[in-house]
Amino acid sequence: MDESQRQQYWRSNLTLMSALLVCWFLVSYVCGILLVEPLNNIVINGFPMGFWFAQQGAIVTFVVLIGVYVWRMDRLDDEYGVGRDNANGDAGARDERKG
Amino acid sequence: MTSIQLWTLIWVVLTFGLYVLIAWRSRVADTEGFYVAGHGIPSVANGAAVAADWMSAASFISMAGLIAFQGYGGSVYLMGWTGGYVLLALLLAPYLRKFGKYTVPDFVGDRYSETARAVAAVAAIFVSMTYVAGQMRGVGIVFSRYVGIEIFGDPVIGGVLIGMAIVFFYAVLGGMKGITWTQVAQYSVLIVAYLIPAIAIAYTLTGNPIPQLSFGSLATDLNGLQQELGFSGYTDPFTAENRNMLNMLLITGALMIGTAGLPHVIVRFYTTKTVRDARASAFWALLFIAILYTTAPAVGVFAKTNFIDTVEGASVNNLPQWVVDWQDADLITIDDKNEDGTIQFAPGEVADPESTNEIEPDLDIMVLANPQIAGLPAIVVGLVAAGGLAAALSTASGLLLVISSSVAHDFYYKRFRPNASEAQQLMAGRIAMACAIVVAGWFGINPPAFVGQVVAFAFGLAAASFFPIIVLGIFWKRANAQGAVAGMLTGLIFTAAYIMATVPDEAGAIFFGLDPLFGISPEGIGTIGALLNLIVTVVVSRATAPPPQKMMDLIEDIRYPGAAPATRPH
Repeated sequence: MDESQRQQYWRSNLTLMSALLVCWFLVSYVCGILLVEPLNNIVINGFPMGFWFAQQGAIVTFVVLIGVYVWRMDRLDDEYGVGRDNANGDAGARDERKG
Repeated sequence: MTSIQLWTLIWVVLTFGLYVLIAWRSRVADTEGFYVAGHGIPSVANGAAVAADWMSAASFISMAGLIAFQGYGGSVYLMGWTGGYVLLALLLAPYLRKFGKYTVPDFVGDRYSETARAVAAVAAIFVSMTYVAGQMRGVGIVFSRYVGIEIFGDPVIGGVLIGMAIVFFYAVLGGMKGITWTQVAQYSVLIVAYLIPAIAIAYTLTGNPIPQLSFGSLATDLNGLQQELGFSGYTDPFTAENRNMLNMLLITGALMIGTAGLPHVIVRFYTTKTVRDARASAFWALLFIAILYTTAPAVGVFAKTNFIDTVEGASVNNLPQWVVDWQDADLITIDDKNEDGTIQFAPGEVADPESTNEIEPDLDIMVLANPQIAGLPAIVVGLVAAGGLAAALSTASGLLLVISSSVAHDFYYKRFRPNASEAQQLMAGRIAMACAIVVAGWFGINPPAFVGQVVAFAFGLAAASFFPIIVLGIFWKRANAQGAVAGMLTGLIFTAAYIMATVPDEAGAIFFGLDPLFGISPEGIGTIGALLNLIVTVVVSRATAPPPQKMMDLIEDIRYPGAAPATRPH
């Protein structure tokens, strides 16, 4: 990677990260705590929704967020042709997985 | 010996045998294997190991009980102890793996300075030691309740000693490699032990075997049931002073940041083969954790419903068998205060003459007692005990590795004997591990008075010390050594002082029980400590010289996966 590619790679990484962190904040702090009272007036399948976000929805979303991060970053690494080597710089030890 | 004791013994012997077998097959002969399993763990296995490492006796035994009695307020544990993994996965794991050393103080030391390394190593030892004491205690309690083997005339001591012997065997022999593969087995044991009773009870109570889907209407029913007895509704938010909106936000924050800052969790991302695998293991880890964490609130609702159904209005002379059992173990307090021959469950403590409450369980027993309350067979009750032991042992071993590596690697090797040979370093690691196990066991048998507050302490301190300076170290090149040392010390001292000043004085020992400032619960102060750490690090870094060019290159390098000229094998 040359200097401008590095900057692009880093910028894509930061954009993805910020978007995911906004979702992280929304499901836990906003839906689970700040707006819990209005959301509790909506009941689905027996669950008041504010309570559901705090005890189920937030956790499930966290798993999805990390899943999206892994998927997008793997694609980004492939686009830039990095990340398949052993992280110690031991280029001889190639990861044999096929993406 | 009852059939429950017999089945518990069978399960314990089987699972412990499995751990010992795995340990023998994964023994190591070099420091890279001992500290980071030779960077060779596949990501799914690493995820399972992280999950077992992370889910302690507290997650397995205590959490559902806490939620059962706090209702909505218990959400802080659910969101806090899972949301931290999003921070860990996005902000730390890939970069620390790229950096690729042995310990958290290693990163702090190489990125900032030797002083910063020493402060971080002391913090890592302190955080891990407070946490491990509770785990060994958990082992002792499960043994005393279910197996009842008496060594030196005390079942708790016997349990702690057996637990120490097992951990000693696989941790000293196999280091991180032995610990990781045993943790994979321990995760399997604990998750099966958690899910089987939860599914069985969900099916009996609601007709739907999936606990996550079926507890909603039960929780709403519980609202009415609790209000009849004088409690606030189960799903109602902000019903207690220490769980008002401000404290919900702060406690969730402290637990999230603390999770992402706990050295025994961070270090696991050094054990994978590549940066790609480090990211993937964060995903597997949270998925495996989420299976238990989405089941726990359902277990809480089931336990509370069953509890109220079986004890409220029960005759004092004809109590259910599980109540009698736990009463014998002094973990349920009963006092028929109005002498009407039946039990009334009401708000307040049994010992308080103002309250009409006549029954008070220790919250830790809810998960262990739940299968018995629901009338499941002895084979399942015994399995739950083995699951509790797996949770406690796996967490204890991960913590012991951090303590041993901080002592043997960060102090002995890096500070005092930089030219020690490979064999000497490995021996130092093993000796440090053995000493840590003895100290942890001693704390398990003689718990310090503050053991109940360990959670507030360990998470608050982890949040306020490591997380801000590691994140700044990766994302802000200008952060320097002076800033990091000042930030860490500010966060640590402020948080420790606030916790010591405000934790209620029941423990007597080191707490003062002062009124909290602005009503901020000591459990949530870590969020403010982390914020202070961040501000001080930024301000002091700005006021002093920028870090040298070599450092800038190092930071540049860890931001990109794959080999680059600036990386060097260790």
